[in-house]
Amino acid sequence: MSLLEVIDVTAGYGETDILDNVSIELEPEEIVSMVGPNGAGKSTLLKTIFGLLTPKKGSIKLQNEEITGFSPDRIVRKGMGYVPQVENVFPSLTVHENLEMGAFIRADDFRDKLDEIYALFPLLLKKRTEKVGKLSGGMKQMVAMGRALMLDPKVLLLDEPTASLAPILVGMLFEKIVEINRTGVAMIIVEQNARETLRVSHRGYVLAMGRKVFEGSGLDLLKDEKIGKLYLGG
Amino acid sequence: MAELFVYGIILGSIIALGSIGLTLIFGILRFANFAHGDLMTAGAYIALFLVTGLFNWLGIPDKNLGFLSFGWRMIFTFPVSMMAVSMLAILLDRILYRPLRRKKSGNVILAMSALGASFIIQMSVLILWGADSLFYKPGVLRPALELPLEIKIRPDQIFIILVVFFSITALHLFLKHTKMGKAMRATADHPELARITGINTDRVIQWTWGMGGAMAGLGGILYGIDVQLHPGMGWGFILPLFAATILGGIGNMYGALVGALVMGVAQQISTAYILPTYKPAVAFILMILILLVRPQGIFGGRS
Repeated sequence: MSLLEVIDVTAGYGETDILDNVSIELEPEEIVSMVGPNGAGKSTLLKTIFGLLTPKKGSIKLQNEEITGFSPDRIVRKGMGYVPQVENVFPSLTVHENLEMGAFIRADDFRDKLDEIYALFPLLLKKRTEKVGKLSGGMKQMVAMGRALMLDPKVLLLDEPTASLAPILVGMLFEKIVEINRTGVAMIIVEQNARETLRVSHRGYVLAMGRKVFEGSGLDLLKDEKIGKLYLGG
Repeated sequence: MAELFVYGIILGSIIALGSIGLTLIFGILRFANFAHGDLMTAGAYIALFLVTGLFNWLGIPDKNLGFLSFGWRMIFTFPVSMMAVSMLAILLDRILYRPLRRKKSGNVILAMSALGASFIIQMSVLILWGADSLFYKPGVLRPALELPLEIKIRPDQIFIILVVFFSITALHLFLKHTKMGKAMRATADHPELARITGINTDRVIQWTWGMGGAMAGLGGILYGIDVQLHPGMGWGFILPLFAATILGGIGNMYGALVGALVMGVAQQISTAYILPTYKPAVAFILMILILLVRPQGIFGGRS
């Protein structure tokens, strides 16, 4: 049984369909990447999985439970976390407060979890009382991921986590992604930095024009000449 | 001039109680509540009902406290009236604004509905208490204290400044240190992100109306103590409220506080040069100037 199943989903904004009969699966503890040209519908797919868009057709199952049409705040309680590409932190709150907000629905003592996240991102510990709005892009991305991890999600959806980051930070962030994955969090990553992403992924899907055009292991997709030429920039 | 400045601070601190609620609500709902001044009116008149009606009937003593012109009976009205205005604000959102939001009505429709709410509150007060100006306790005003620089100030007015200071400090601590306070700030930052984080934004909105209503109600009572009660009293505050909110940067509570003090002082000092009747015009001119020169407010915020 897959952890997450997207079955024949068609979705879009208003009359326009962005996704056309897309089916993907995510196995437990797996990193799956979603690559493809701009406008292929990768971000739309994440939004649809997380309930920000309601599919017109098809279904989405988390641990065999139907979650199609659930609102995001219900889905987050089911054990899924989502880090949007933009507006993914609360700028007027401090680093610490952002992480606390991530645990808003937790009624138990989450200090251990906070320590864990500061251990994962030691840079955040030094800035814990600073307002996130004043931090660099890389730090904001760490805050956003930390916030999503506060609820111990089984599935984490990352939308372009390395977009607009300095190259030196991209490598660091991918290391963190692997580290988070080792703790048992399965992830779907949408990325422009396709090669780096595929390198850390167990499997990958290539999306184009709202359709799934290829799927395979991360290495297979990297080695395939045709895919390289068409979708990974030569 | 020093005296006018002090009076300006008193007026400004009352304006602050209204503008803080206005700015918090705008921060979260992007909605300009034109009925906010009337929540102040409601607070003042509910307190009047308690002082002259219910608490009188219950036999709560009314002997003046120290140099103040009111006693325990008035003090007890504060929490009760603030709570009542909280409920009124939440109710207003439930039966009027929230259904319109859910229908994705435009800004014009929401603004019109707020104007409608404003008229309903004003007319209800008019029907129940009449159009005359009223006082909590008719009679001679207590003699004013003489401070240096020829400042004459009544003990009531010192009480007003202290109450405003403590309530704003309490609100600050609430926003800074409680889970709901932090969730309110988070929701004001990015409502969509708050929702996907699992924050119950409906409850946050309810709390925001509750806090904003309580603050406005308090402002109304204090104005009633300082000056008088009148069905249009809150409506008369609407210009300075908006001017203070815009001056401080929309959504910024601390900006609204400073903006309110500036408005209060500017309005009072203007009376040294022009007729007091033109006080609202001063607020209006200041608001236009801010919108022309620095629409994002002095401390930034949403323009």
